[in-house]
Amino acid sequence: MTKNNKWWSGIAVPLAAILVGLVIGGVLMFITGNNPFAGYGALLSGSFGSGIDFSETLVYVNPLIFAGLSIAVAYRAGLFNIGAEGQIIVGMLASAFVGYQFAGLPRLLHLPLTLGAGMLAGALWASVPGYLKAKFGVHEVVNSIMMNYIALHLSHYLVTGPLQDPNTTLPYSPDIAQNARLWRFLSGIGSEYRVNTGIFIAILAAFVVYWLLYKTTIGYEIRAVGFNADASRYAGMNTSRAMATAMLISGALAGLAGAVQVMGIQYKFLDIFAFEGWGFDGIAVALVAKNNPIGILGSAFLFGVLHRGSQTMQALAGVPKETIGIVQALIIFIVAAEGLVKGWIPGLDKIKALFNRGKEADV
Amino acid sequence: MVSPHEKLVLEMRGITKRFPGVVANADVDFTLKKGEIHTLLGENGAGKSTLMKILYGLYQADEGEIYVHGEKREINEPNDALSLGIGMVHQHFMLIPQFSVVENLVLGTEPKRGGVFLDMAAAVRQVEDVSREYGLAIDPHAKVMNISVGMQQRVEILKALLRGAEILVLDEPTAVLTPQEVGELFTIMRNLTEMGKSIIFISHKLKEVMEISDRVTVIRRGRIIGSVTTAETNVNDLARMMVGRDVELVVSKEPAKPGPEMFRITDLHVQDDRHLPALSGVSLSVRAGEILGIAGVDGNGQNELAEAITGMRKATSGQIVLNGKDITNLSSRRVFESKVVHIPADRHRHGLVLEFSIAENMVLRTYYAPPFSNKTVLDWEVIKQEARELIEEYDVRTPNEDVLASSLSGGNQQKVIVARELAQEPELIVAAQPTRGLDVGAIEFVHTRLIEARDAQKAVLLFSLELDEILALADRIAVMYEGRIVGIVDREEATEEKLGLMMAGVSDDRTSAVAGGGEL
Ligand SMILES: Nc1ncnc2c1ncn2[C@@H]1O[C@H](COP(=O)(O)OP(=O)(O)O)[C@@H](O)[C@H]1O
Ligand SMILES: [Mg+2]
Repeated sequence: MTKNNKWWSGIAVPLAAILVGLVIGGVLMFITGNNPFAGYGALLSGSFGSGIDFSETLVYVNPLIFAGLSIAVAYRAGLFNIGAEGQIIVGMLASAFVGYQFAGLPRLLHLPLTLGAGMLAGALWASVPGYLKAKFGVHEVVNSIMMNYIALHLSHYLVTGPLQDPNTTLPYSPDIAQNARLWRFLSGIGSEYRVNTGIFIAILAAFVVYWLLYKTTIGYEIRAVGFNADASRYAGMNTSRAMATAMLISGALAGLAGAVQVMGIQYKFLDIFAFEGWGFDGIAVALVAKNNPIGILGSAFLFGVLHRGSQTMQALAGVPKETIGIVQALIIFIVAAEGLVKGWIPGLDKIKALFNRGKEADV
Repeated sequence: MVSPHEKLVLEMRGITKRFPGVVANADVDFTLKKGEIHTLLGENGAGKSTLMKILYGLYQADEGEIYVHGEKREINEPNDALSLGIGMVHQHFMLIPQFSVVENLVLGTEPKRGGVFLDMAAAVRQVEDVSREYGLAIDPHAKVMNISVGMQQRVEILKALLRGAEILVLDEPTAVLTPQEVGELFTIMRNLTEMGKSIIFISHKLKEVMEISDRVTVIRRGRIIGSVTTAETNVNDLARMMVGRDVELVVSKEPAKPGPEMFRITDLHVQDDRHLPALSGVSLSVRAGEILGIAGVDGNGQNELAEAITGMRKATSGQIVLNGKDITNLSSRRVFESKVVHIPADRHRHGLVLEFSIAENMVLRTYYAPPFSNKTVLDWEVIKQEARELIEEYDVRTPNEDVLASSLSGGNQQKVIVARELAQEPELIVAAQPTRGLDVGAIEFVHTRLIEARDAQKAVLLFSLELDEILALADRIAVMYEGRIVGIVDREEATEEKLGLMMAGVSDDRTSAVAGGGEL
């Protein structure tokens, strides 16, 4: 198979999955007595209907892109970074702290510093399971989950103690400085337009991750180790180092999600009572994109649209928003079970065969 | 053994089977006579397994008919085949490792007491009866995961017999066996045919085929090339039919012109994964322009020796020296940079990243340095150019360098590894089972390349379980037994018998004594 044709057949499955998921969702609406066209119409108007809707959709998409990239980088090295959630939390904490503590710095310095603090904190948090995995072979999932809880409770302690805004008894940090805030570039239209330059940072990050994985030696090592650690070792690679590096990058991306959330949306650290679920949504985003960084831009957008639109769908068309949960689950299921359902999605084989035709390489 | 008038127990007519992009069987005719061993011979991917899976009901033919004992039959699933007396032992065994032999054997047909409870005693009796009847000795209570591959195969054969097989299909049964086990299998096969069973034997090893079969049918790219009786053919003809051109079965070579000693191992001690001694004081040396063959039954320390040399396993004591430089316990990359290359025994696990393209695999050793990268950023133009040149030079059959390694045939995968390693201008080549599972065309290729490397004054260390390969290539032969080198003999003095005895642990001096005694 050539690269080109791999790309096409790679995209065929997710697209078919999305289509099937949406169709089944429509059927569900129909048998529960709703008009699927009205339902999907409401969904689309909820996410695209007005400038503000679209802005809010992007606000939701923004952290999903980072989280998806984070999961994907780790996955490429054969690791499952279920700890993105915790890494996002510490990223938010660090950015909030640097954002208010160093008020007075010029923007050119303060902005990158605040972003960097979030990345560093995320990387640091990921380095614990990364190190344990590389050094002792301890499975990263268990440690990542523990690190999630440590992050959650640590943040709770900090925001009700050392990091708490001294002017209030409520559990949040002081506001970050103006110079540490990302630009809400549509705020000229109205102050409710929260979309900010974070979305461009996310898009840029996707291309950087792509470049890293496919154009650099460390990316090559990460992918080699993820596919076949034994062969990588035999070829002379330091597989532990490659895994640890992937985990660090993964953590930095998750931390970036937290930083951008603080710098563009919240402007402070707000106490978290339960996991937001970005890290876990990131798993779905990465899965549907088959861990392709550029694909993640698309799948994060899709999930953002579905999420945002499901609420208006319930309000306007009376379709329970859980319907969209089912659609999302179906999409994930179909992509994940590609092998399983191959013969089952009508025409999928034919689509793939079309892309693969004449490219049989077994000589 | 088989008279031409003897009646057919099986006839497959005009079988065609298409998979997306490939015709695996094209209008194939195949017959089996009662009591014969009939080999289906063909290169990897020729369509042998497909034809047999159709016979066994695992695949449905697109066209064609199957006659069993002269009657046309539909075989839609393995149960149909079994009820017609057709049994199959697959290339990959289908046993449950945690179960005992007898549990595996009666799985699905367990004798029951009161219709519910497994009657273990009856099951054991049943198994013992059948194993006695066919002379297949086996311990019914052993757990499958604790018995040798040869024994597992015996369990598979017994399983088919227990289910009443009269026609037995053995798909590449020798691929996983040691030479001794192959001998035992052949004895069993002869016993079975004497008792009236008919056997379809699949292989691409010509010597075996000549030894065991009554008839041979050759299949190439899904088409039948011809059927011959073994008595009227020879390995060269079979090779030509199989590959479609003349093949050098034993690569011709000039006598070695060895130079100075290049590589030396002194008193090497190494432990295996369970920290038990795997090598107990191995010493050897290789000169430039020489192939030292390492013979031995699998599991006598060959893997550990190859790994210790290539930096994949730590030595607990001893010394490895190349060109006067101590390379003991260097990392595998440092060993590689000292000009030692490695063709690993397990090419899927250790030799290739199957999900990588050919180009990516070609630089698996060298990606981290110029000209393939500036240490940080890869230069894909240069990488792809290198891959194209190696594909050309090593005759890798592929549309282009972007093809995934997983979609290449075994022979072409091995060519990728050989190309990558030999392109490094090595001083020492460690080749472990370099032709395992390859067909004759690819074997010829790999052997030629190793001889060329020798003639270019490289030192070559060849690990092989196939005595034929050792005898064809090596200039001197070291035999390993239980982590030691039992003896080292020159090629001219080596005979199969002598090596066989050494492989069983009898040291060199004793073998000459035994050989001498034999002449009396
Ligand atoms: N299930 C399958 N799906 C697609 N192609 C297959 C399948 N099984 C075999 N093939 C193809 O059919 C050809 C013959 O394969 P096989 O019968 O396994 O060869 P052999 O046993 O002679 O090595 C090969 O090109 C192989 O890739
Ligand atoms: Mg086969």
